[in-house]
Amino acid sequence: MSTLLTVAGVSKRFRGLLAVDRVSFEIESGEIFAVIGPNGAGKTTLFNIIAGVFAGDEGAITFDGERIEGLSSDAVCRRGIGRTFQLVRPFPALTVEDNVVIGALLHRSDVAAARRHARDVLARLDLFDKRGLTASALTLPDRKRLEVARALATEPKLLLLDEVMAGLRPTETDRMVAILADINRERGVAILLIEHVMRAVMALATRVLVLHHGAQIALGTPDAVVRDPAVVESYLGAEAVG
Amino acid sequence: MKAILDDMPVRGRILAAIVLLALAAAPFVANRYLLSVLTLILYLAYVGQAWNLVMGFCGQLSLGHALYIGLGGYVAALFWLEFGVGPWIGVFAAMAVAMAFGAVIAWLGFRFGIEGVYFSLLTIAFAEFTRIGFDNMAFTGGAGGLFIPYEEKRLGEWWNLRGGQWMYYYIALLLAAGAVTLTAWLARSRLGYQWVAIREDETAARALGIDAFAVKMKAMLISSAMTAVGGVFYAFYYNTLFPSQMFDMGRSIEIIMAPIVGGLGTVFGPVVGAFVLTPMGELLIAATERLGFNAPGTKAVFYGAMLIVIIMLRPAGLWPWLARMLGVWERKP
Ligand SMILES: Nc1ncnc2c1ncn2[C@@H]1O[C@H](COP(=O)(O)OP(=O)(O)O)[C@@H](O)[C@H]1O
Ligand SMILES: [Mg+2]
Repeated sequence: MSTLLTVAGVSKRFRGLLAVDRVSFEIESGEIFAVIGPNGAGKTTLFNIIAGVFAGDEGAITFDGERIEGLSSDAVCRRGIGRTFQLVRPFPALTVEDNVVIGALLHRSDVAAARRHARDVLARLDLFDKRGLTASALTLPDRKRLEVARALATEPKLLLLDEVMAGLRPTETDRMVAILADINRERGVAILLIEHVMRAVMALATRVLVLHHGAQIALGTPDAVVRDPAVVESYLGAEAVG
Repeated sequence: MKAILDDMPVRGRILAAIVLLALAAAPFVANRYLLSVLTLILYLAYVGQAWNLVMGFCGQLSLGHALYIGLGGYVAALFWLEFGVGPWIGVFAAMAVAMAFGAVIAWLGFRFGIEGVYFSLLTIAFAEFTRIGFDNMAFTGGAGGLFIPYEEKRLGEWWNLRGGQWMYYYIALLLAAGAVTLTAWLARSRLGYQWVAIREDETAARALGIDAFAVKMKAMLISSAMTAVGGVFYAFYYNTLFPSQMFDMGRSIEIIMAPIVGGLGTVFGPVVGAFVLTPMGELLIAATERLGFNAPGTKAVFYGAMLIVIIMLRPAGLWPWLARMLGVWERKP
């Protein structure tokens, strides 16, 4: 296995607040890697730095052998990183299908071909039957699925998913876990997952990074991380384990 | 072209054919006044469509599109008057100059994050500065204006845009029909989808790899070139050019009314809007003149009132509603 993404000593300060504090980790191609931590730990900020929404104050990010820190978000996406937004951002006036078509147009100039690809992706995300609806008419769980579908339609090598299970019922969570596992297995897409739903993290992730007040307090296999006393104390609490 | 037709239900195709035939036949039945009103409608549908690409599809509010009308009109008129080069060639120079100005505005706005209201102000500022420039430039006639002489001997020279009402009418019809076709094609192209994505949510669009700057720049370039063609038509139709009229804020507002009333970001909205607004405006002006109170602000008040009515009753514009009522346009999901 080769290294797909290297994050080395990345920090970000918002005025006084150190939101991300010298975070370092690597993701192998094809890996599913989770980032967990309490609200405000800096997970989304870390995503935004990787995805090029804003630059970190220090540190280096290498993707697929190329330095990408400081690139704009569209340039990062074109290099093969797709992302979802924790606070979903569908194109509200467009149909579900057209939302995904726009993602599919990244690597296709022909709209008909993009539409065919979009339908494949929609079918995978259980959104095919809702493809004609206006995105603003979707329920929150469906909007979360749409976020994934749209990002996946860009055919990324690495998919950044920011709390896509939040608000899903347990059966829906299991379904999403199965979908992500399939995508990962069949297309070899690496996934970087921010998630509070531990059941999903345990089922999917090969490794887990734990953030707390911006700093990484643990990094390891899911089993090792949930038994780490520092993690249990700061985030999981005794009852969440197991 | 085929894709556009495929998207239209049969009733839509029939209606489009009827309207097009009626418009093509209009000069044979309409009197001169009616034909001049129809010409104005088609001209406003055309420039409205050009503006609609930037605002309706790409979501960037330009309030200074009179700039491209003025530049287009002046450049082609000067080519004709100074060098004897006809508008069929001058129009390319007109487009080039308008695109250069459009590119500078787009570059300033989109490269330096001058967004929303500030972008609109930037477009107004450019139109106003250019107006002041033309007011003070001797070789363009300054504030005293530029006049394309009416020459009896040239009346049949359609290739020099010299002709009668019929010729201008058919050219306006060609322009409007061409703009609708172009818009329909663009709306179904990759670029059209990218525009709409930017309009709906620029952050999300960029997260899907869309180069927002390049995509918005293309909208401005296409729109400014198209609008300049409208300016060339306008100059040779009315034969008089004053900076205070060509670059006027009021003209920029006039351009944007039809698409807003008809439906922003739709293919037929600007046409429907022009057909609804222009006759009403003309009637109103005729009525106030008949009644003897020749108030100069009549049109502005009328536009304001129409905007309020439309925004209250049909915020998406008349066309989406009308199309639904008639069952003539549906986009396949
Ligand atoms: N754009 C921003 N400006 C200022 N502060 C921010 C901004 N984004 C996030 N923060 C702050 O940074 C911290 C980390 O936030 P975030 O990365 O969203 O946490 P998480 O995703 O782990 O819940 C929080 O205290 C949050 O208030
Ligand atoms: Mg977050």
